[in-house]
Amino acid sequence: MTTSALPAPGPAALAVERADALLDAAFGQRLNPMRHLGALGFFFFWICCASGIWIYVGFDTSALGARESLAAMDRGDWPLGAFARALHRYSADAVVAVTALHLVRELARRHYAAFRRFAWLTGLFALALMLLAGINGYWLAWDQLAQWSLTATIEWFDVLPVFDGSLARNVIDGGQVNDRFFSLLTFLHIGLPLGMLAAMWAHVQRVSPARTSPPRDLAWGSAAMLAALSLARPISLMPAADLAFLPSRIPLDWFFLFPHPVMAWLGPDGLWTVVAAFFALLAALPWATRVPRAPAARVNLDNCNGCARCFADCPYDAVVMVPRTDSRHHPRQAEVDPLLCAGCGVCTGACPSSTPFRRDEVLATGIDMPSAAIGELRARLEARTVALEGGPRIVVFGCRWGAATDALESRSTAAIEFLCAAMAPPSFVEYALRAGADGVLVAACREGDCEFRTGDAIVAARVAGERRPALRPSVPRERVRLAHAGRSDHAALRRELDDFRAALSRLGPRAADHPSLPKRQEIRHG
Amino acid sequence: MNAPLRYGLQAVLYAAFAATLGYFSTSPAFEPLPAGHALIRLSLNHAGQRKAACRVRSAEELAKLAPNMRAAEDCPRERAAVRVKVDLDGRSVADITAPPAGLSRDGASVAYRRIPVQAGTHRIRVALADDAAGTFDRLREEEVRLEPGRVLVIDFEPGKGGIVLR
Repeated sequence: MTTSALPAPGPAALAVERADALLDAAFGQRLNPMRHLGALGFFFFWICCASGIWIYVGFDTSALGARESLAAMDRGDWPLGAFARALHRYSADAVVAVTALHLVRELARRHYAAFRRFAWLTGLFALALMLLAGINGYWLAWDQLAQWSLTATIEWFDVLPVFDGSLARNVIDGGQVNDRFFSLLTFLHIGLPLGMLAAMWAHVQRVSPARTSPPRDLAWGSAAMLAALSLARPISLMPAADLAFLPSRIPLDWFFLFPHPVMAWLGPDGLWTVVAAFFALLAALPWATRVPRAPAARVNLDNCNGCARCFADCPYDAVVMVPRTDSRHHPRQAEVDPLLCAGCGVCTGACPSSTPFRRDEVLATGIDMPSAAIGELRARLEARTVALEGGPRIVVFGCRWGAATDALESRSTAAIEFLCAAMAPPSFVEYALRAGADGVLVAACREGDCEFRTGDAIVAARVAGERRPALRPSVPRERVRLAHAGRSDHAALRRELDDFRAALSRLGPRAADHPSLPKRQEIRHG
Repeated sequence: MNAPLRYGLQAVLYAAFAATLGYFSTSPAFEPLPAGHALIRLSLNHAGQRKAACRVRSAEELAKLAPNMRAAEDCPRERAAVRVKVDLDGRSVADITAPPAGLSRDGASVAYRRIPVQAGTHRIRVALADDAAGTFDRLREEEVRLEPGRVLVIDFEPGKGGIVLR
């Protein structure tokens, strides 16, 4: 039974999920690197910074000495110099690789509009700075690759009316590339990554908590991979720059320097057109396309006691605690910023007023979802549970963004779909069991793959009793099962249900043959 | 999937990612110039002559001016565009008109052009006009030998005799 008539996820998102399944087999859902691309980007960025600082300590920032100081590192004159140089290169390339995947993945999942607009735009800004910082880094070696890349970049910028050919005067012959000019290039290579870091910081400002570190196992694996690559394939310098000569072949780093061949093909104006079109189209996406979402959460002050659990659980910082505006004695109340609200309902699941054991005929809670009111969900749960026949009787709490649960419904199985699995308060599990269900299956998204970032982890912690509101210890855990199933995991979820049913059969029936609703209590939270 | 198989698969995937990084960080190599080609870079930064000649102010005109503004000559600021033509073996490869910079069009004219050419011996003729009439009174003609990959710069340096090939 579905919560609303909101549109289903698109085919691109399903394709991403199917692709993820391939890596799930190797890494497991929790460690699947495709679900940690942003965090991996941060991780590789820090490795790049650390190795860059080590190189900079031994680096000669003069035009004449730069290449020689790097050559000395490659000869082993600077401790770990060759290793650090390779690590710097490969970690920077890895940042580009995971960022590109992150962009494609979020694009396919349509994660760019509404409450994600700010992260999308700041991410694009960080991407531009990342490419500029990387290209700029190649100039500092001042070998033939550096000379060619610097000249090509200058030729690209020179077609802008503000420069109009004047920049090229800096690379006409070796005399112009002096220490002063080289210092400028060096400062750029410090300033651009700092700007990129600022953009990355802004990029994660409207998510809570921001995941900027990959899981430890994945971090170790990635670091070991980079270290092994750096040892196995050290990088090398080209001959010293000579502006009177152009090498016939350039060993190109395609992660960063791909704009140069594009410019060779399309010309500077063509490259500007491509770059401008790329960024303009992506930047316009949040306004150009409509991404459906559930209406924003609404605070019901009569049932809000200012406990701040919704504030703690909101994955997008859409809930803030503000001074009370009514006459109640609680010092604070929740307030929702509708522009930031994802409409996930995680806050409703966190609200202690969402307990279905309350006596109110129509359950009202402190913070509720207009498209899937908690009162309607309780009524639906009651109607479906008492109608169950046969055995074992199972209630499935599903997630709108996870595997569809409608198809699981039968005489002995009821499915209640929430906007997110974490919208289901743990007390609903207990209520279903008391209402006559022999077991409750909570079907969340794949681990780490929640549409709303943290829902799967929150619901797992609540069921495990590690996060408030927690499933009470008195609830028999053998009758509650948590499953992680994505949109394309229908078969896996059915297998999980069958396995759960078999386990419940072995346990025997829990409730009376004829289920009845549990006694409601006078519970006042507001 | 059992643990050894999973770890083995992870190792394969890490290795594949490392191989991707290692390969595309240097390969495939790019050829900035077609094989057997050299490059001519035309770059100049030269202020054209004033469009109109300076005029000597009369005593009455000077008297009307504030004391600190009484310059003997009235010189219009606008400069002529600089036009440069490059012929290679009798064939035109560049004909650029570079307007003066600045809101008052009184700045230097800047021009840049990248001209890939077949390596070998070529006769280059460079002509430059920097007055309002467009008179090509600065000329240089020379036979140059360009090896593959060689970059020849065409510049204009009045202190070194005008048009420079280096």
